Amino acid sequence: MTRLNLFLLLAVVFCALGVVTSQHKARRLFRILEAEQERANQLEVEYGQLQLELSTWATSPRIEKLAREKLHMVLPDNARIIVALPEGVRR
Amino acid sequence: MRFGGANAHKFTESPVLKLRLPAWRSRFIGLLILSLFVLLIGRSFYLQILQNDFLQGKGESRYKRELQIPASRGRIFDRNGEALAVSTPMISVWAIPAAARLTRAQSRQLAGLIETSVKDVVHALASEKPFVFLKRQLPPDIGEKIATLKLPGIGLDTEYRRYYPAGEMTAHVVGFAGVDDKGLEGVELAFDSQLLGRPGNRSVIKDRRGQIVEDAGSIRLPKDGKDIYLSLDARVQYLAYAQLRQAISDHRAKAGGVVVIDVKTGEIIALSNWPTYNPNNRGRLSGASLRNRSITDTYEPGSVIKPFTAALALEREKVRFDSVVNCAPGKLTIGTATISDTKSHGLLTVAQVIQKSSNVGSAKIARLLSSEEMWRMFDDVGFGQVSHLGFPGEVSGRMRHWKKWRPIEQATMSYGHGFSVSLMQLAKAYTVFARDGDLLPLSLMRLDSPFLSTKQIFSPQTVREVRAMLEMAVQPGGTAPRVRISGYRLAGKTGTSYKVEGGQYAKNKYVASFVGFAPASDPRFLVAVMIDEPEGIRHMGGDVAGPVFTRVMSGILRLYSIPQDMPLPVEGLRVAQGRGYPKEEESL
Repeated sequence: MTRLNLFLLLAVVFCALGVVTSQHKARRLFRILEAEQERANQLEVEYGQLQLELSTWATSPRIEKLAREKLHMVLPDNARIIVALPEGVRR
Repeated sequence: MRFGGANAHKFTESPVLKLRLPAWRSRFIGLLILSLFVLLIGRSFYLQILQNDFLQGKGESRYKRELQIPASRGRIFDRNGEALAVSTPMISVWAIPAAARLTRAQSRQLAGLIETSVKDVVHALASEKPFVFLKRQLPPDIGEKIATLKLPGIGLDTEYRRYYPAGEMTAHVVGFAGVDDKGLEGVELAFDSQLLGRPGNRSVIKDRRGQIVEDAGSIRLPKDGKDIYLSLDARVQYLAYAQLRQAISDHRAKAGGVVVIDVKTGEIIALSNWPTYNPNNRGRLSGASLRNRSITDTYEPGSVIKPFTAALALEREKVRFDSVVNCAPGKLTIGTATISDTKSHGLLTVAQVIQKSSNVGSAKIARLLSSEEMWRMFDDVGFGQVSHLGFPGEVSGRMRHWKKWRPIEQATMSYGHGFSVSLMQLAKAYTVFARDGDLLPLSLMRLDSPFLSTKQIFSPQTVREVRAMLEMAVQPGGTAPRVRISGYRLAGKTGTSYKVEGGQYAKNKYVASFVGFAPASDPRFLVAVMIDEPEGIRHMGGDVAGPVFTRVMSGILRLYSIPQDMPLPVEGLRVAQGRGYPKEEESL
């Protein structure tokens, strides 16, 4: 009888320690999850800002200005446009 | 220990214990202890049962926190996924003046970060109000710097600010949202409920250091606003915007609009107005630049209406494509009023009436039709009705009921006077000619599947014939011979109308318009242009609005790689049209 009791006591102590450890681990993992979620949010925000920046840099007026003024590009006139037709299509 | 000897006393026989105590004392002590227990139980009953909720709440408030999870407003994209409106978090700095006791150095530091003068900060903090905003919508990195200062009574809030990368180009369509993320104009207003996000919240347990330890029960997930994909194509939109602006400044005009429609699907590819505004910087906004004229303003369309009159006459078999109409002597008197052409055209076929835009010719064609027939046709193509784009401020235009028409009115209506339409209505009506005589609803949203329900207005045969007439109008002998794009067959119609001011037609104030589509063999895009009050000798639709059409259309055809449908003209022909081409014979 005493032996059984001792054994049960040991088991209880062991389980109690297990609960403590698992709770601790759960909290640590939770904290990491929180941090990652926070990071995900921040990246989302940053993505939005980058998207904004991209479309600000890539607005048509700016591209046209750069093409014309900096790169000296012009629209080709008709004589210099060749239209390629798919094979077998006749005009 | 052992007690030996005969005289050793037994403990129980101690004489001290033999003293007799009064019985009530032990009872009294027993009662005392019992009543203390009762007190204890009573107190615990009070705390555990009666005060439970209050105490539980107090306890939770020490570690449990309700957090709000912000939701962002939906973004607006063009059809190719280019951002037209994006929300990004910004920081607002507020203060509780009563609690904010800053040193001189701290005030200076804060003022430097929020870019105001020290005086303003001190002034704001001295105010009587319980709560003041020091500065709204700062970039997040400045917010972080302010947070590290740990100033008493100063707090930060995250707010969202809306940015419009395309700025004034798409201002009228996209509209804008206010500082509290509420749509105020355009699509932002019309689709506010879809764009709006719903913030969520969660309750968590925080430890001593303010870190979240675990979730405690309820979580309501935030719902981000829905992204919206417009039917606009930012590239075409820019093309339309740039050409419109150019034409307005060339002709010193007051206002104008361009609408581009994909006639296969009914999607609006571009919608541009002038004057416009910058939605990112709304400091100086005026009603004039705020208006989406193409949708909210109406004008008398003028000659662009003639093809509808001709189409109805063809449909009812009153005339044929080449029936001859006598337009001499360039004047026609109905009742007391006289309508006239700019010159006498003599005998014209129906097709030539459209090509040369003869008022007398179309009035004579209209005579073959009843008022009711005409009214029904105008009504069917959408004049006098809102176009149901879901856009704020859409107007129906003015179209009187046929029973009230006088004969002269029927005549003037045949060439687009005496009723008013918006540019959008006009563009929509013209899709009938660009399609096989059916009318489909327009859409500002990108469509993943085209509308299937269309309304047949004219037979395909009628439309083919009208399209041929519209092709003639942009060829030599027509009203807009300079509207050409090499390699493509075009079809279109010019219009120049006098503006109505105070019930009278104003002299020297015109509205020039052009509506056309290409490629004429299998129309894909329709461009409608309207220029309000062009100045100078060249104020006609073909001269003012025509070039805008040509440039916008040629750009679209290139962007969308539309196959050419006409052999290229032989280069190097010596033609008379380059200089001194025949004066455009265009009437009202």
